[in-house]
Amino acid sequence: MPDRQHTSKHYEQQLRLLKDKLLLMSHQAEQMISDAMRALGERKPSVADEVISRDDTVDQLEVEIDTLCYEILALEQPVASDLRFLATALKIVRDLERIGDTAVNIAERARELIREPELKKLVALPIMAEAAQRILKESLDAFVNSDADLAEKVIKEDKDVDDLYEQIFRELLTYMIEDTRNISRALKLIFIAKHLERVGDHSANIAEMVVFMVRGQDIRHGTHIDRG
Amino acid sequence: MDNRVKLKVGNVNFFYGSLKALHDVSVNIRECFVTALIGPSGCGKSTFLRSMNRMNDLIPTARLEGRIELDGEDIYASGMDVIQLRRRVGMIFQRSNPFPMSIYQNVAYGPRVNGLAKRRADLDVIVEKTLRSAALWDEVKDRLSKSAMSLSGGQQQRLCIARALAVEPEVLLMDEPASALDPIATAKIEELIYDLKKTYTIVIVTHNMQQAARVSDETGFFLNGRLVEFAGTKKLFTAPAQRETEDYITGRFG
Repeated sequence: MPDRQHTSKHYEQQLRLLKDKLLLMSHQAEQMISDAMRALGERKPSVADEVISRDDTVDQLEVEIDTLCYEILALEQPVASDLRFLATALKIVRDLERIGDTAVNIAERARELIREPELKKLVALPIMAEAAQRILKESLDAFVNSDADLAEKVIKEDKDVDDLYEQIFRELLTYMIEDTRNISRALKLIFIAKHLERVGDHSANIAEMVVFMVRGQDIRHGTHIDRG
Repeated sequence: MDNRVKLKVGNVNFFYGSLKALHDVSVNIRECFVTALIGPSGCGKSTFLRSMNRMNDLIPTARLEGRIELDGEDIYASGMDVIQLRRRVGMIFQRSNPFPMSIYQNVAYGPRVNGLAKRRADLDVIVEKTLRSAALWDEVKDRLSKSAMSLSGGQQQRLCIARALAVEPEVLLMDEPASALDPIATAKIEELIYDLKKTYTIVIVTHNMQQAARVSDETGFFLNGRLVEFAGTKKLFTAPAQRETEDYITGRFG
């Protein structure tokens, strides 16, 4: 969405409304991940419950954003950068909704883990959570500021999150091999790590769409399709 | 995807007296492509269109610099037969302007004066074939002797297309061919354009950007007499290269 104003004020307002809703939804999704990890770290079931209850808001926003996109497409027939903004909105809304679901999954595992004694002092997992949340935030900043360079950085950094997942997986595997009574808790921690890894993937998806939105260049799946 | 160049426009400047209407326009119009020209009122797109079959010659103060080639031949060369040029490069206008005669005579007029048909039977064949090409035959075949003025606006416009096709042109220049028509008649014209490009090279000027996007293969954006951007239509409407094009097509103009 370029900074220059549309001749049609109504169209301009519709695009702003869409952007505002996306910002609200991304803020919600980001906060849910952060709170789900806090529930685990601080062992607070009430925080986990609260994350789970917030999923409805994100789902509701997904429906509202989709509806608004269809209305704009049908009534304004956007082209060029506006069209790319709309296409981006329709795609990243899916990623944001999935991030919300992921936060719920983390909160559920956290609630279960809190009922049992701690398997171990968590070291790598908070680092991974921090990395996943950082690239999520960066991908959303890239979207808000139409910053394709930052988006490209996110895509590279997603690799770090994947590497951390591998490391945590192997570490927890040793706990399970050592003592079968560890399996349940170790598996739940692996699930959480896997969820965080998915947050990284969604962030990279968002970042890829931002590059498309800004430059009109599709960089998904390692392809550089220059349209034309 | 790269068809042969049908019309080659090189460094064209155009003047109405002292007013410069086109600034250094160069572009290749490809054979059997639909090329759309868009831009705000007064940007020079119609002037440019009319320069391709020398319709502007009729304006006393008009003057063109540069070169326009049809199949490699300079159409502004001194030996050029302008009547013959306009037969090869036909034109359709915004307001349909059928002759005040029968439907049949409207289509038959061109072939007859150009000597394309000697006998009535030959003319009948041309009239039917042309009306079919213009997607009008089924609607008028039972009333060919009726006045062309009895047709609806959309039918009149297709009759004008048929009239242009009857002299076997190679290029069709269309100046806002559907802007005076309702959406259904417009859709028929657009469908017709899609069929016609199998045989003809089409250049269309339109204010309706969605129409340009729907019907054309390549699009040129004019602003203040300059060709700001010329690109594949898909590219131009998804990711234009120029800021001015972006502003115009997204409605951030003026």
